[in-house]
Amino acid sequence: MREVAIVSSAIHQVEALTFTTDVQLMVPLINEARDAVGLTQADIGFTCSGSSDFLAGQGFSFVQTLDAVGAFPPIAESHVEMDGAFALYEAWVKLQIGEIDTALVYSYGKSSPGSRRDVLAVQLDPYAVAPLWPDAHAVAALQARLLLESGAVTAEDLAAIAVRSQRNAVGNPNALRASADVTVDDVLAGGVVADPLRAADLAAEADGGCAVVLAAGDRARELCERPAWIRGIDHRIDAHGLGVRDLTRAPSAALAAGKAAERAGFAANDVDVAELHAASTAQAHVLATEMGLGGTGGSVRIDPSGGSLAADTLMAAGLVRIAEAARRVSGGEAHRALAHASSGPCLQQNLVCLLEGE
Amino acid sequence: MDPAPLRADLVIEYPFTRTTGPVVGAFMTGLRDGRIVGSRRADGRVFVPPAEVDPETGDAITDIVEVASTGVVETWTWVDPPRPGSPWAQPHGLALIRLDGADTPMLHGVLVDSAADMATGLRVEAVWRDERVGHITDLVGFAPETADGAAGEAAAAEEPVSGEPVRSIRTPIRLEYDFIPSAAAQEYLHAYAEKRILGNRSPVDGAVFVPPRGVDPRHGVEATEMVDLAHTGHVGNFCVTHLPIPGRSDLPTPYVSAWIHLDGADIGFLGLVSGCDLDEVRIGMRVRAVWKPDDELGATAENVRYWEPTGEPDVPVDRAGNRAWQGEDGDHA
Repeated sequence: MREVAIVSSAIHQVEALTFTTDVQLMVPLINEARDAVGLTQADIGFTCSGSSDFLAGQGFSFVQTLDAVGAFPPIAESHVEMDGAFALYEAWVKLQIGEIDTALVYSYGKSSPGSRRDVLAVQLDPYAVAPLWPDAHAVAALQARLLLESGAVTAEDLAAIAVRSQRNAVGNPNALRASADVTVDDVLAGGVVADPLRAADLAAEADGGCAVVLAAGDRARELCERPAWIRGIDHRIDAHGLGVRDLTRAPSAALAAGKAAERAGFAANDVDVAELHAASTAQAHVLATEMGLGGTGGSVRIDPSGGSLAADTLMAAGLVRIAEAARRVSGGEAHRALAHASSGPCLQQNLVCLLEGE
Repeated sequence: MDPAPLRADLVIEYPFTRTTGPVVGAFMTGLRDGRIVGSRRADGRVFVPPAEVDPETGDAITDIVEVASTGVVETWTWVDPPRPGSPWAQPHGLALIRLDGADTPMLHGVLVDSAADMATGLRVEAVWRDERVGHITDLVGFAPETADGAAGEAAAAEEPVSGEPVRSIRTPIRLEYDFIPSAAAQEYLHAYAEKRILGNRSPVDGAVFVPPRGVDPRHGVEATEMVDLAHTGHVGNFCVTHLPIPGRSDLPTPYVSAWIHLDGADIGFLGLVSGCDLDEVRIGMRVRAVWKPDDELGATAENVRYWEPTGEPDVPVDRAGNRAWQGEDGDHA
């Protein structure tokens, strides 16, 4: 396997980008990520992006966003209608082929013009489920109640996850929900939004984007003092239907973590930090359990940035997890890190990326 | 921004008609006839709604079996207010309900007054719509089971089954957005009210882009300088349309849409060409804006009703069209 590393990243997340287009959002982020390692677009071997037309309300909206790259003369480029983490996976595969040494990955989501919780219903089974328009909060609540009533967690456990996120998020300029002194009691005192979930249990909805530069082998060492090497990366998928799987589990997360660990040569929980892409505290618990991260009292520091619970940008939150984990490695704060991204309803799809310093 | 920000309702509708195939079709046909069916795989496990393929093995499942229209709530939440587009106008329960005889739960609404009436383990029975068409909303929802629940089910099953199997269903999707143009687009649209057409000048090479989008798309950099553009230009390309666009009765056919390349701009933008015979429209033809009367002007590109010929000599065809993207021979490459 060819050595590939994350050598730079740029992140911007806010509550709403009212007067900013996707292109205007991405111009400074893409330039920041390229400038940090002294690259221009002409130096980039492959560009891959992730976004969703349903957020923009416009078909093929990603084509316009290429304006932010400066795609002239024409560039080698691809797009996934998924989170940018999955675009990063495609770029990683492209780098494995060996014909290029650098790649730019970016993704973005501006969900504030529409009703995000309702837009997400269109990803469900279009015959028997989507016509009922179950919104994303309701679907997350169905999953959370199963978890609570299974006895695996208590409401206090979930509140503790919310507290962990908000406390870790202090100092993260992209976090929408951060507090140094929030307590479990504070969270439990919050009103129920989608029974049994409270507002603090649901990821904070954010507009925003992320750009990441990847480089292979010695090129990465030239560009970056301490590259965050991708030692293992894997993407697995469970069945789509909500009724055909046990929603208290995410077998594809465990499998992706195991496969990534095989490649990496170290266990998925043999890391210093882990960044999780969860839509709710209940999902964060399921993920930590599936990947053996040991929960709030374990040795792995979970969501040092606050995780997606603190700022959840559709189509970018997964790539942000990878960027945040890579920053911990490149900054020397962590030797090894796990980054996770999900897609589909109730953790249907899971990607695990294991990073390591030199 | 001085003037009030512009905004618009943006509504996206997908009027899908979906074919059902034999398995989903059996489910929809069952609903129309007041029955609920699932699909049974070799080991006897019954999926409701029916799975066409085994989610574990990928094998096709074709054995259709009827299950009861009574069952038990496995997990639930409370939806208040009801969601736009959903079949419910009142706050309601939403649950995964495992019907008697089924091994997987199905999602549907639970028709009770408050969250206090919801519980995991609650026994429920189907509430049917009187007029059924073969759609998931043939079920109004599920209500707490009554003593005659089983009798009601039997009554439905005894109704004579008539009609062809359901082969397709309508699943329209409607999504509403609050569209707010970017700052650059706001300035562009407001300028139209003053009979001005604005472009953005590239800070890299001076190329002018219209409409202004706040960026130089060739170089991927921010572009903030606005320039006033001439109201004259030439046709870079055009199309004569003979088919009407649904909903555009203001656009009688045939009409000519064209890329208008304004003097001083390096890319074209879309406009209508009129004021001459269709046969006269050609690449390189010089045109000028025909504006609405001053008292009808608004913050909209519709202020330019169309572009009419000026009668000036044509731009040579090899010089017509985009200048910013012509590569090494272009002015700005």
